[in-house]
Amino acid sequence: MSREPAPWPLYAAWLTALAATLGSLFFGEVMQLPPCSLCWYQRIFMFPLALLLPVGIVLRDPRVVWYCLPLVAIGLAIAVYHNLVDYGVIPERLTPCTQGVSCATRPIEWFGFVTIPALALAAFAAIGICLLASASSARRARA
Amino acid sequence: MRREVFVVAGIALVAVAALLFGARLYRGAQQEREQAAATQGLAADPALLVRPDSPSKGPRDAKVTIVEFLDPECEACRAMYPYVNRVLAEYDGQVRLVVRYVPLHANSMLAAAALEAAGEQGRYWEMLDALFVNQPAWGDHQNPRPDLIPEYARQIGLDMAAFQASFEGIKHRAKVERDRSDAEQLGVRGTPSFFVNGRRLEQLGYEPLRARVAEELAK
Repeated sequence: MSREPAPWPLYAAWLTALAATLGSLFFGEVMQLPPCSLCWYQRIFMFPLALLLPVGIVLRDPRVVWYCLPLVAIGLAIAVYHNLVDYGVIPERLTPCTQGVSCATRPIEWFGFVTIPALALAAFAAIGICLLASASSARRARA
Repeated sequence: MRREVFVVAGIALVAVAALLFGARLYRGAQQEREQAAATQGLAADPALLVRPDSPSKGPRDAKVTIVEFLDPECEACRAMYPYVNRVLAEYDGQVRLVVRYVPLHANSMLAAAALEAAGEQGRYWEMLDALFVNQPAWGDHQNPRPDLIPEYARQIGLDMAAFQASFEGIKHRAKVERDRSDAEQLGVRGTPSFFVNGRRLEQLGYEPLRARVAEELAK
């Protein structure tokens, strides 16, 4: 059975997940910024993407999109919530952060608006869009 | 093998290499900053590092002062404790140890109060030994037994009436809270954290601590 090679948006999704994974490890392990609990939950849904997507690419399995979308959907929801906390829309005392690091502190603020939660939100959104794009290109290819 | 295998493996390798390279760059720049700060005498603020009433052992005018931010309930502090004692024994009379509290667990505050109460009877270090040795019993995070702490006080031969009065009161709380806020200002995030002559020890373990002490003694 010969399958079509993965469309480029799938590569784009993987590169984004890879950059997000290694970037968050850099923040945590190299810059020693302690991840708050919301960050941990987003990591839980981001790290598997960096491994699942390349397996799908190598196996030329278009269904990898559907394995990954649930992770992206939940990660995206947490990222949206985190950004609302970060920008003060939701007050911090209602957040699940208990001990240690507050989810509303900003260890990074590049150019005045690039915070770590904003990066996470952008990454999940970009991966989601790329996955949907590769799903639709796979459908076109079948048709 | 499929072409994708090589593409994917290549990208992954490049990405991980970029991370490691970035980490090296970042650590190098950080070390330069720290060295610059150290040469300009901008090490940790000595007034925040050691308070006049902070428990200490070893000569007051020792050439090297180790300040340890610890939590009696912290497992890593327990693991590190024999190494600290080993370094103190090796450089006997040349090193002073100062203890500061960072209460991070459920009964840390209580344990610190027990230490202070024992200190009032001149048995601070015996109590610290007892708390660390027995930590798995009283300081288990799932099943804590703070009620065992007075038992250790009895075992080291404290005057129990005086101990209980001091231990059960709230008078030691303010000192521990002050330590916690000093730790925060010094950028201490976890325990144990060591400062050797005002310079933070980056890596935990016997050898890093011994090496730094030796380095300071050779100055």
